[in-house]
Amino acid sequence: MEYFFELFLGGLTRGSIYALIALGYTMVYGIIELINFAHGEIYMIGAFTALIVASVLTVMGLNEFAILVLASIAAAVYSAAYGYTVEKIAYKPLRHAPRLSPLISAIGMSIFLQNYVLLAQTSDFLPFPSLIPDFEFWEPYSHLLRSTQLVILVTTTVIMVLLTLLIKYTKIGKAMRATAQDRSMAMLVGVNVNQVISMTFVIGSCLAAVGGVLIASHIGQINFFIGFIAGIKAFTAAVLGGVGSIPGAVLGSLILGLTESFATGYVSSDYEDVFAFALLVLILIFRPAGLLGRSTMQKV
Amino acid sequence: MMPTLSEIKKSFLVSLWFMFLTFPIMVIRVNTTEKLVLWRWENMAYMGIGSFLLSFVWRYMLWRKETGKKDSESGTLQLPSFFERILSDRRYIVPATAAGIALVAIFPFVMDTYQTNIMITALMYIVLGLGLNIVVGLAGLLDLGYVAFYAVGAYTYGLLNHHFGLGFWTVLPIGAVMGAFFGILLGFPVLRLRGDYLAIVTLGFGEIIRLILENWNEFSFGPSGIAQIARPSLFGIQLSLSSSIIYLYFVMIGMVLFTIFVVNRLQNSRIGRAWIALREDEVACQAMGIDKTRTKLTAFALGATWAGMVGVIFAAKTTFINPASFTFLESAMILAIVVLGGMGSIVGVSIAALILILLPEYLRAFSEFRMLIFGAIMVIMMVFRPQGIVANVRRSYKFQPDKHS
Repeated sequence: MEYFFELFLGGLTRGSIYALIALGYTMVYGIIELINFAHGEIYMIGAFTALIVASVLTVMGLNEFAILVLASIAAAVYSAAYGYTVEKIAYKPLRHAPRLSPLISAIGMSIFLQNYVLLAQTSDFLPFPSLIPDFEFWEPYSHLLRSTQLVILVTTTVIMVLLTLLIKYTKIGKAMRATAQDRSMAMLVGVNVNQVISMTFVIGSCLAAVGGVLIASHIGQINFFIGFIAGIKAFTAAVLGGVGSIPGAVLGSLILGLTESFATGYVSSDYEDVFAFALLVLILIFRPAGLLGRSTMQKV
Repeated sequence: MMPTLSEIKKSFLVSLWFMFLTFPIMVIRVNTTEKLVLWRWENMAYMGIGSFLLSFVWRYMLWRKETGKKDSESGTLQLPSFFERILSDRRYIVPATAAGIALVAIFPFVMDTYQTNIMITALMYIVLGLGLNIVVGLAGLLDLGYVAFYAVGAYTYGLLNHHFGLGFWTVLPIGAVMGAFFGILLGFPVLRLRGDYLAIVTLGFGEIIRLILENWNEFSFGPSGIAQIARPSLFGIQLSLSSSIIYLYFVMIGMVLFTIFVVNRLQNSRIGRAWIALREDEVACQAMGIDKTRTKLTAFALGATWAGMVGVIFAAKTTFINPASFTFLESAMILAIVVLGGMGSIVGVSIAALILILLPEYLRAFSEFRMLIFGAIMVIMMVFRPQGIVANVRRSYKFQPDKHS
């Protein structure tokens, strides 16, 4: 039974990281109907920025808490900047192009960013500093759930709540929902659509960066390729819940995380990624709109 | 066009932004085990100057694209591109073809085995590009798992040769059939999905195939792969290494010609027109009475057939295969060839395959930047020239009013 709980909590942790990335996919897809292939790379760049900043600060001799805060802020700022720039370069000129064009452009961007980090940094796995300390009060339960996992679960929950509030009650959230429903109508009622799209990329990238920092300090190492697999899995999660739906992305991520955790725990760890892809294929075949998504008729 | 003050200011801001953006990744390099930090400030200067200049080029290209669009809308005749002018002029085409044939025929005898080997690789990518071109260029289905069918072909030959000792020429058609079979197997469930979902599912499928090959040791010998696969034989005669490479080169030339012939015929056939119609507008296409699923499935299966055949040739060429040769990057490279060449254009895809495979081989200094450049090419082509270096000539009919009436 203990093993079951361990797997369950491991799955939840995994799922909440997926959720942080999947939200970026789902928000962007909801607004401009584009699979932002480079999103996984933004997450990877977030993790790398955190690693670099944390190492520099360690050499400078700051205390641990300050390093954690500064590295996370740097990761979020830089990821947001990259997300913003990627949108301006690779997607904005293609707003009115055929559907396939921005997708190919996004794949190109993803390959470009991967190799940019590979060439500027290294192809080796870099050890990531353990930014999150072990809490003393959590000691009795740490055999079930490590403190990093606890931090991941708490942080993701807080972020989900904040995001929901942002989208429900703020002006920019309202503008985002309006743009998602009908872009030209939103434009007519005075929403600055370009600004809204940029904001969506910025917010999504920040979330991915947080995910990057958290998972890197949990697993303990990163390299330039982590974004690819994480990106595809998060996209799977987004599709599972119904692309474009924010609660759907969270639900899908948790289901995917739990599935992977149980499958590797009880079946075999060799086929970990195969389970995720097989799940993706099955969902698209039997419920293309996802669990919480609505299927829309194509208008002519 | 002289750069005005505001333009310079804009570019200056862009370069400042990029210096900020690339600061942590380009400038700082950390060694986490020895706690060393390396500052590479010179990179920041390069970035600043580079992005300052490139932003001018970027804006100029955008401006040219905009004016080009306006011209074609207002009816001003657009000059055909350099390649198109050469291709359409009879004075050039005959000598060019003759020179091309001569060059192709003597190439393996003049050049050494190393050069011939590179050329064989380039020719393989031409065929792969043309195969993917059927799926992406003609039918408009973005297939990101194309390499899976390539792997199926390669493993078909590897396994059949290893277990049963079957020869190259026997397996070539089997590889084609296996490719088509897997194409249909994947195509059936996923083809009713919309374009971008299809891309992800094919990507997932490609990864599944690779992971299975990597982990199912009893079947595929796992990551260590299959070694000592037989090279192709000429009517039962086993050739020496150098002559078998020359032989393979001519097999490949034959393959390229065959592929070009078939794709060209397909393009103008009933099914080819159906593909193009489907790419342009699915709903209208269905309304015209075209069976959507069957048409898409044919495209998928035919595309996969070529990948299967090239896979067999690949296994015969390298005599060693393992799952590491069939990663997503390989699919992306083939896609880059199709995108650069121009979707749907046979000449364009062939030229693009030669450029993208041969250039990195000869410009060794740049070979580590290869994937970086591929990525950049995909973005730049989509933004500035989505039709590729040689645009597919679209069939058009001119309305000529009758003078007598």
